[in-house]
Amino acid sequence: MNKRLLALLSVLVLASMMLAACGTPATEAMTEEPAMTEAPAAGTEAPVASMGTLKIVSSLPMTGSSLTQTQTIVNAMQLRLEQANYKACGGAYDIEYEAWDDASAALGKWDPAVETENANKAAADSSIVAYLGTFNSGAAKLSIPILNAAGPLTMISPANTNPGLTKADKDLPGVTDSYYPSGIRNYSRVVAADDIQGKVAANFVKSLGATTVYILDDQELYGKGIADVFEATAKEIGLTVVGHEGIDPKAADYKALMTKISTSNGGAAPDAIYVGMVVDNNASQLLKDKVAIMGDNEGVKFVGPDGIQTQAFIDGAGADVAAGVYASVAGVPFEELPATGKQFKTDYEAKFGPLTEPYSVYGYETMSVALKAIEDVCAAGGDPTDRAAINSAVFAIKDFDGALGTWSFDANGDTSLTDMTFYQVKDGAYVSVGTFK
Amino acid sequence: METTRKKFNLRRFAIATLVLYIVFLIGPIVGLDVPAVYASIKSNPLQLVQFLIIGISNGAIIAIIALGYTMVYGIIELINFAHGDVYMIGVFTSLTVLSLTGTLESKDPAKIVFGLILALIVAIVFCAVLNATIERLAYRRLRNAPRLAPLISAIGMSFIIENIGLMWAAQAWLVPSFGTTGGASQKSFPDMLGILFTSLGWDVNLLASTGIALRLTIKDVMVIVLAVVLMVGLYLFVQRTRLGKAMRATAQNRDAAKMLGIDIDWVITATFLIGGGLAGAAGLMAGLYNNTAWWFMGFRAGLQSFTAAVLGGIGNIAGGMLGGFLIGLLASFSDGYLNARWTNALVFATLVLILLFRPTGLLGEQTGQKA
Repeated sequence: MNKRLLALLSVLVLASMMLAACGTPATEAMTEEPAMTEAPAAGTEAPVASMGTLKIVSSLPMTGSSLTQTQTIVNAMQLRLEQANYKACGGAYDIEYEAWDDASAALGKWDPAVETENANKAAADSSIVAYLGTFNSGAAKLSIPILNAAGPLTMISPANTNPGLTKADKDLPGVTDSYYPSGIRNYSRVVAADDIQGKVAANFVKSLGATTVYILDDQELYGKGIADVFEATAKEIGLTVVGHEGIDPKAADYKALMTKISTSNGGAAPDAIYVGMVVDNNASQLLKDKVAIMGDNEGVKFVGPDGIQTQAFIDGAGADVAAGVYASVAGVPFEELPATGKQFKTDYEAKFGPLTEPYSVYGYETMSVALKAIEDVCAAGGDPTDRAAINSAVFAIKDFDGALGTWSFDANGDTSLTDMTFYQVKDGAYVSVGTFK
Repeated sequence: METTRKKFNLRRFAIATLVLYIVFLIGPIVGLDVPAVYASIKSNPLQLVQFLIIGISNGAIIAIIALGYTMVYGIIELINFAHGDVYMIGVFTSLTVLSLTGTLESKDPAKIVFGLILALIVAIVFCAVLNATIERLAYRRLRNAPRLAPLISAIGMSFIIENIGLMWAAQAWLVPSFGTTGGASQKSFPDMLGILFTSLGWDVNLLASTGIALRLTIKDVMVIVLAVVLMVGLYLFVQRTRLGKAMRATAQNRDAAKMLGIDIDWVITATFLIGGGLAGAAGLMAGLYNNTAWWFMGFRAGLQSFTAAVLGGIGNIAGGMLGGFLIGLLASFSDGYLNARWTNALVFATLVLILLFRPTGLLGEQTGQKA
């Protein structure tokens, strides 16, 4: 009898542990619930009979190191919706928002299976009119064709930067047309692509006085893509590429690799190391072993793309180890944003606390674009539940006066803003060092 | 008799040909450019020694974790999938102890040494108890169930412990450097040995004063020495003590051991206690060596250690050590002379090859006779 009781008890304990464990990320992601209930009370307009509910979903990795960035994106999207009182078309439609997670605990980062499932779920739910995401370019490659065949359902990304998603390029692997089986483009992004970011980065490394560079990537669509652009540009502008290697993103350490690099340049270390990777792929460990073998980042420079421009990267490596690291992000720093952007930062901080993650404002802009498309369809007398109409309205956006500035989408769904800002780690935080084109 | 031997040789020959074919087919892609590798060794022979040091240090950590797998498998023929995650908890336990004792901010050598020893003891005890608790809760009642049941239960425990690690890494009140970025991201494990040596005015690189262009840091020495001490201690324990004898008897034949009056439950609990304790020690070693704490780090470490255990001959303690060092060295040389992206493929290809020729691992399995 006693044994039975003990077994039952242990099962209960296990069950509660699992519930608690699963509960943490979920509750973090679903903070929009209270906001939804207060929205009707805060409504100032006269009640208009609602004609229906339009649903907007986001699909971002919310398990893994990227959560630091994606949580601010989700917060920003909610903030934008709150400002619109969760209504569109003069109150005729309610807007509902759900933040979906495309990462899994098993991988600790975005999971191809989960992203595909999300896209299929969105395709099947006819109340969804916009799919905001993804965060990782590799994930977008999977969901674009699924959503393209479903309406097409418009997809707006706050963060994908792989060029091949929107434009064909001879230097880049990306059979762009195969992503769009219906022949209609349904994917747009508010952030400039890596054909620009990689080029600017190579020029930046040269401007630091480096003549030799070693390139590492995480073997993902995004990481390898930007590393390839960097390599091509580096060779064009006269930098010597000592080596270009993919790393194992789950290795315990990279001391042997860093030892090899430390003598790769004719017995000496290269002037700089460029890493094409996201923080989830062990970027902090890579930096730690680089510093252990080759010394601080004043000597051999460590430069990376937007994937490592996050506080999680600095926390993981330690502030003293990360000091001096450079990372680029599309767009301008918060201080140089137009009035709408500055207002966004003020509003965000009033609600969610201090904001340093640069992608938050892109999340805000993405939601603004989705709302603008819905409003435009209504204004033209159209039906905002029609996915194709919403999609055309997104691509028709020109001279949009948003938080990032005034910009337009081109026919490929790329933004006209091409500024890149470089940040350097100082005293445990990224500080802007200048904007480049 | 003659014909079977010939047949056997023919098969081996066929396998060897196939292996050579694959090596020459894939080799160049992997970066196996023999003249280039030879040239790079010749131009910088000291670097070979450097890769050796790195490989042995990494291998030592893998070997210590592998011992936990191999002991448990040897005694109850269960692959304890949660073992790698117990090691991860060891990293977090030692980091938390170092933080709560104020060692992380300290520059006082005596305090750092005290903190490290305390962290080692607490990590060993905590992980030992955790591992034994896992056995009590998830495996004991399934001991006579079909083999797959405890295996699935072990995978479940692995996920549970990973999630505990995920929550632990979010507790900034325990360790302030965890920050506010949530538990999912990698956390920094401060380089306490480096700080200790700097505070004493010594160079972290023990060979710095000799002028040899090699890095043999205090971290490498600590990892290797601690690993060797633990391994020799374990070996002597299993071979020389009464409980060790009881463990070997239980591994050979559980029922016979029971008939002879050996308390099987206690022996198995002791096995889990020792395995968990070793994982805890490996946790502190890895934290100090690689300076990272991450909730997901147990997965890869577990995979590599399990591979090491199989490579050396599962159930065989000396085999686990050998397998660990071998994998560490392979990975280090692959990173150093071939292409880093192929390191894992290389490690596992080697495992497949060795198992093809020696299905019971390098030193042979040591498990019960009933299987």
